[in-house]
Amino acid sequence: MTAAVDAGLAPSPARPRQRRPLQFHVGMAIVVGVVLIAVFAPYLTHHGYADQDLIKSLQPPAWRSGDWSYPLGADRLGRDVLSRLMYGARVSMAVAVLSVLLGGGLGTALGLIGGYFGGWPDRVIGRLIDIQLSFPPVFIAIAIMAALGQSLPKLVLVLAFVTWVQYARIARANALSVREREFVQAARALGAAEVRIVLRHVLPSILPPLLVVGAVNMSNVILAEAALSYLGLGVQPPTPAWGSMVSEGRSVQSIAWWNTVFPGTAIALLVIGANLLSDGLQRER
Amino acid sequence: MGRFFAQRVSHLLGVLVAVSVLVFLLIHLSGDPIRLLTPLDAKPEDIERVRRLYGLDRSIPAQYWDFLRRAVRGDLGESFRFQQPAMTLVLQRLPATALLALAAVGVTITVGIPLGVWIGSRAGSVADWIVSLVTFVFVSLPSFWLGVLLILLFADRLRLLPSSGFESSWHIVLPALTLSVYTTGLITRLVRADVHAVLKQDFVRTARAKGLNERAVLGRHALRNAMISTVTVLGLQLGNLLGGSVVVEAVFAWPGVGWLMLQGIQTRDLPLVRAVVLVVGAAFVLINLVVDMLYLYLDPRIRYDRGG
Repeated sequence: MTAAVDAGLAPSPARPRQRRPLQFHVGMAIVVGVVLIAVFAPYLTHHGYADQDLIKSLQPPAWRSGDWSYPLGADRLGRDVLSRLMYGARVSMAVAVLSVLLGGGLGTALGLIGGYFGGWPDRVIGRLIDIQLSFPPVFIAIAIMAALGQSLPKLVLVLAFVTWVQYARIARANALSVREREFVQAARALGAAEVRIVLRHVLPSILPPLLVVGAVNMSNVILAEAALSYLGLGVQPPTPAWGSMVSEGRSVQSIAWWNTVFPGTAIALLVIGANLLSDGLQRER
Repeated sequence: MGRFFAQRVSHLLGVLVAVSVLVFLLIHLSGDPIRLLTPLDAKPEDIERVRRLYGLDRSIPAQYWDFLRRAVRGDLGESFRFQQPAMTLVLQRLPATALLALAAVGVTITVGIPLGVWIGSRAGSVADWIVSLVTFVFVSLPSFWLGVLLILLFADRLRLLPSSGFESSWHIVLPALTLSVYTTGLITRLVRADVHAVLKQDFVRTARAKGLNERAVLGRHALRNAMISTVTVLGLQLGNLLGGSVVVEAVFAWPGVGWLMLQGIQTRDLPLVRAVVLVVGAAFVLINLVVDMLYLYLDPRIRYDRGG
């Protein structure tokens, strides 16, 4: 993924605004759709995510059972699969957005400091980046989550911790080259304070490539969260997460496929949306 | 060459130290490690004795130094659950994981590269459109879900392939396919883009103009150029394969280090988890070193000594 991303990541001179490619709009529609479902879940369904009705246990989807109050069927405990999918969107989106913001903020700040100011902070940060790039991120996330114990804030922290380096690498490289550009030199010649130069001149000009990294990372983080939830290392029951729904569904998959197929489809759809979004952003540049 | 090698070795040592610190801290991240070693109703004096027994009454740096001294000798403590040295357990399971990862890389190379060259040479065709769409979906699928679906289809419904364990060579088919789908999609897309770009370049026009047939143009020029980014990305993806193999091994009950780590996690067997993380981290560093050496062979322009 990294090499493909790198291709479009040098800071580019301002170009006249082009029409955004189709992928961008489709991806945006999917992601925004999932966000809306997550936010308005309580208004979209009259079942709570933990409401059990054992009579409805493993009821098939509506087109086979004829019962439209359980459109996508029910799980082993008679909980409505569709409602749990809607509430599960909250976990996926919360983790994706928060860990991208946190990891992106931390990575950008450190990369910017290293790339712009140079000297020993840069040597330390550069070395940290080098070392962490040598770690397999998902593997490390699994190990840390296992040791820390599971909760939503911990999940966000750990995923931000294993992804900050992606942003730091790009921010550092771009800050290094922007530092020498005329508009930065000019600001310095005019006597602007360093902090002001960094925040008002350097940061805005290195932001577009970082947005692409953020979009790419969003799909990675969604997949990582789903995998951790599947392994039981994500958000804990009864809060529904799509990954844990797949793993709960496995015990009944030969008789009730709707318990594994629908949550997995939801993950794949959201990741497709995030990938279309990042693809569109890369093509635009 | 010499300077490059010295640089890599110093990097390698840095990473290994970082891995060891992380592995050492894992046991402290979970709170007071003494809680894991003693029953809930243990008497205070027993807790103190266990604390002294494991050296947990000393300062953190002293404990780390002790841990490091043992780790260098390959002693990572005994697994609580299996009552065996953790290192031995991990090394026993390592071949199964290596086999699975290699099989996945094999599928990726044999499917992804030819497919990428093929559609890259006819960009814009219907075939290109279909393959691009399919590979796009491939890189968006959660691997554990794909594994569950493959089991549902090929093991439960069609009864063609075994769903779990490792008793015959047929058992590797589904896990290897599951693990390879993401990298296959990625490599196909990458090779397609590379080939498409290379075919527009002057040296390819020259090759065609001198009467070289299309097969030779693709094989000798386009493919060779595409190999460099392919090796880079495959190298980077090996980490994801290791992370992914934890998940895939869990889905298929594959007896590798990933599954061993999950068993360790479930039983709070921290020496075991530590040993897995340390061994896999070290393996990953070595693989990266090999990938760097491969560039030298693939691209004569890369000379690490000349400042590059």
